Order: sequence, then structure tokens, then C-alpha cells
Amino acid sequence: MFRRLPEIETATAAQAVSFTIDGRPASARAGDSVTAALLANGVTACRTTAVSGAARGPYCMMGVCYDCLVTIDGTGNRQGCQVRVAPGMAVETQNGKREVER
Amino acid sequence: MSTPNPRFDFDIAVVGSGPAGLAAAALAASKGASVVLLDEQAEPGGQIYRAVTETPVRDRKVLGPDYWHGAELLGPLRDSGAVHWPGTIVWSVARPREDAGDGHRPIQIGLSRNGLAAMLTVRHVILATGALERPFPIPGWTLPGVLGAGAAQVLLKTSGLVPSGATVMAGSGPLLWLLAWQYLQAGARIDAILDTTPKENWRAALPLLPGFLRSPYWAKGMKLMLEVRRKLTVIGNVTALRAEGAIGGDSALKSVVYTRNGTEHRLPADTLLLHHGVIPNLNLANATGCAQRWDEQQRCWRPTTDDWGATSVEGVSLAGDGAGIGGARAAEEAGRLAALDALHRLGRIGREQRDQLATPFRAALDRALTGRAFLDTLYTPAEAFRAPADDTIVCRCEEITAGAVREAVRLGCSGPNQAKSFLRCGMGPCQGRLCGPTVTEVIAAERGVSPAEVGYYRLRPPVKPITLAELAALPKTDADIDAVFKH
Repeated sequence: MFRRLPEIETATAAQAVSFTIDGRPASARAGDSVTAALLANGVTACRTTAVSGAARGPYCMMGVCYDCLVTIDGTGNRQGCQVRVAPGMAVETQNGKREVER
Repeated sequence: MSTPNPRFDFDIAVVGSGPAGLAAAALAASKGASVVLLDEQAEPGGQIYRAVTETPVRDRKVLGPDYWHGAELLGPLRDSGAVHWPGTIVWSVARPREDAGDGHRPIQIGLSRNGLAAMLTVRHVILATGALERPFPIPGWTLPGVLGAGAAQVLLKTSGLVPSGATVMAGSGPLLWLLAWQYLQAGARIDAILDTTPKENWRAALPLLPGFLRSPYWAKGMKLMLEVRRKLTVIGNVTALRAEGAIGGDSALKSVVYTRNGTEHRLPADTLLLHHGVIPNLNLANATGCAQRWDEQQRCWRPTTDDWGATSVEGVSLAGDGAGIGGARAAEEAGRLAALDALHRLGRIGREQRDQLATPFRAALDRALTGRAFLDTLYTPAEAFRAPADDTIVCRCEEITAGAVREAVRLGCSGPNQAKSFLRCGMGPCQGRLCGPTVTEVIAAERGVSPAEVGYYRLRPPVKPITLAELAALPKTDADIDAVFKH
């Protein structure tokens, strides 16, 4: 679980980005990665693995572990930590492997 | 100024915009070379100075003066004329066998920008790929809620996020203490720090202490550690760790179990931050064919380089932590040395001029590396964490346990490359970054030989996954098409 430092929370109102997590409306700060935006909204687990179906969340936050994979605007297997959250973005947690055509 | 040559897009490409890459690109471009700086992130700084141009954490005392030093590297880059391509993934560096006809064999870089693959032709490449956290395999480290301390620090720098709820930090090494100190400045909650530094390490490290006392890090590190120890619960001599979810559930972390003096204790935890030092991020160098060696003191593989960062592959140099861990200030100086050598190799400066210009950088590099041996020796992780118990997942991507690797060794598997074919470990999207060092250590321990003898994964491009559609959309020459259709 993560929270925003209070002095930044105040600054957020002007810089809020509205997006959705599995269809639910959510808000983040401009400049957040998709993964940071998920954590700020209390979403610690972002996918289940293709091998055993175990839940996973982000581990490295620098693009090397590939545990933060999510579906972004319909495209699966995106590294959430390497993509910045954008207004209207549809972020979906991912179950198992990437689906064909996604 | 550079003579335009249509065969080459740039004289020099620098990969990575941490301290080494920023310093290398700025210096090379300021001497008239055409330079492109390629980096995955949207903003320069690498991981150590991550988000230094835009961090929402404006109170400078939280991240500390060493972090803000990173901002000083940006002005020289801007003024140098180097071209900066952020958001660019480099997935291959290759040197074709034939030269371009003018005595220079071009180097081809495969990259991906905005979802489109492209090839770039340059004369020289400086890899400044930096470090990544040493894998810290414990049972349960794949549970959501368990992150690297470096990952948590990225969340602080980029988004001003700190852990909430019960938070435990565990491991050893300077970054663990720095992050704890930064959390203290920010007013974040930390329930406990579990220090896994083995007692025995002190015996080996003590003779090296005089060297460390001359290091610029000594006074700073001591002050920071004392403040953390005064204000937080630090539990030392931790010899075993495990992360657990709810009973019968594995959807999120619930507690951390640690062993101290032979007794198990349990702490409730919503977040566990693990750290066992950093190691070179060598995937690109390895896939480029650069020779590497096992470094016993740092207990990691590092690409082989000379005093200037030149690798075994002509025209490819390495600078900074990607060539062996020395820290940010050392990386900066190593970047400048690699830039001077590249300028010399490209015929822009003579040997004497190179050596003369290098003098202050070399002196600064020596200063920055003073006392490194003490830190390396003191913070070498215990064997139980480098080659963990059988039930621990070592390959997070393919979910392969240490026990499975040991079983493969008993069946005749002698090194990490065979382990791939036996088990698929190291074949997931992270391409061995999170399991390679552990697999090497487990096999070495099981065979009773040195990791140097066991070897490391042979990596191949693309070093980051790219889609087939991207590859297929690359521009093709007639020769490329003939190669496919006429054979």
C-alpha cells in the first residue's frame, strides 16, 4: 500500500488525471506511471501469471522485471511502469497471458 | 565540426542517461562529435537521478543533496548540442562484418520509439546501462506488496508515493539506509528494518576500513545511518526471511517472518521492501558480445573493460555501474573518460590530448572509488540469500524454484545455459535479469565450483521484448529481401 505525501496531494487538484481501472473511474497525478497510478489507487496486484495464475504486483519500477504488465487501452502486456498515465486511459489488470489480438 | 557522412546517422550513440551517459554525451558533443543519447525514460537522470527535472518532491531535504547534484549534469548536456531521444528502447547493438568502405565499420543499433522499430548507424557506442538491484530471492518475494527498495525509491522520486500501512524494510547495503533516511525526512512510516548483513562480514571488512575513512561517503553515510538507527527499529543479524500471504491465500503480502539467533519471529506487513545492493545491468553488453568476468569482491558478473571503458568489441565502450559498481560520482567520471577515448578512436583528438584531458577525471574517479572495497566486502549478501532454500522461486517469470535448479544440476546440468533448456529459467520477458545471478550461484554451490566456472546466460538480441509487427515493419533493403527469397 502506498500513499501520496500530503504536500503533493494539495498540488494534485490542478494536475489530476482521470482514467479507469477495470472500468472504475480513478484519479492520478500527471507524470505518474500507470503502475504508480495503480498503487496510488490501492491496486497492489496488477495481474496473474501465465504459468500458475498467481497474483503479481510491480517489483522493480524500472522496466526490468516485467511483473507490472497490464492491458492499456486494449493492448495487453504493456509495462505499466514505463508508460505514463494519460487522461481517459483505460487500464485493465491482466489475467494470465496476453490474449490474441490484444 | 563533424563532416556529414550519409553512411552514419551519428558519430557516437550513448545508451542510458544516468550520470555516466549524461556526462559522456555532453563531453563528446562539446568536442564536436555528433552524439545521440538514447534512453528508455521520458526524462534524463537514470535511476539515481530519476525525475530530477520534474519530481513532485520539492522539499530538497527529503531526497538529499546527492540526488540534486544530478540536475547539474543537465545544463552541460543541453549546451553540448547532443541530441536526446527519450522514450527509446535499445534492443540490439551489432557490428556487421564488412566495413563501410572508408575504414570505419559501422555499428547498427536496433531501437524502438513510440512503438516503431528503427535501425541507427553510428561509428561508436558508449553503453551506460547502469545498475539494477541484485535479485533477493526469498520465499514469497513474488507476492504483491513485496518490492525492491530501489523500486520504492523510484515511486518516491517520480510520484511522491511512500508506503502506508505496516512497512518492513529488509536486507543490507547503502541504498537501504538512504531510503530509510529519505522516508524519515518525508514522515513516512517504517515499522522495522531487518538487517541481514552477516556478522562474519565485519571480520573481512575491518582491514579495509582505513580506506573507507578517506572516502567522501564515510561521514555522510555514518551520519545518515546513525539518524536511522536512533529513530527506527533496526533488527540486526537476520539470517532468514520469508514473505507470507493470508493463510491459504497468495494474493497479497500479510506478514514477514525472520530468523534471528535461531528463533523465528513474525511481523505483520502490508509492504516489504527488499534490498541486497546493486549489480551491473549487463544484458545489452552481453548480447553485443562483450566479454565479461566474474568479480569475486562484488559477487557479480561484469563486462571486461580497459581503463577507458573499452570492451572486447571494437567500437563499443562501457561507462558507469554497467561496467562494475562504483556509484554515481564514479559513473560520471567514467562517462567522461569513455567519451575522450571515443573521440580519440574517431580521430578527433590525439592520444596525448586524450590523456591530458583525462587527468582531472581520472583523479576524480579514483577519489569516488576510494573505500569501495570496504562497502563491497561488508555488504556481500549471505550465501543463504544468494543461493536460497529449495522452496524459493528464483526465476520469477517462469516460476522455477532453487530446488528445481539443484535437481537439474544432479541430472547433469552444468551451467545457466543448460538450465534454460532443462527448465526454461531465464527465458521469460525479464531475460534473466531477476534470476541470472541466483541461478549462477545455486549451480556453483551445488557443483562445489566457483561461479566463474559455471558461467552466465548467453543473451541475444532483442534484449527487450518487441513485437513481431514492429520487427516486420523495419525498412528492408533489396539485399535483405533477396536473403530470404533466394535461399
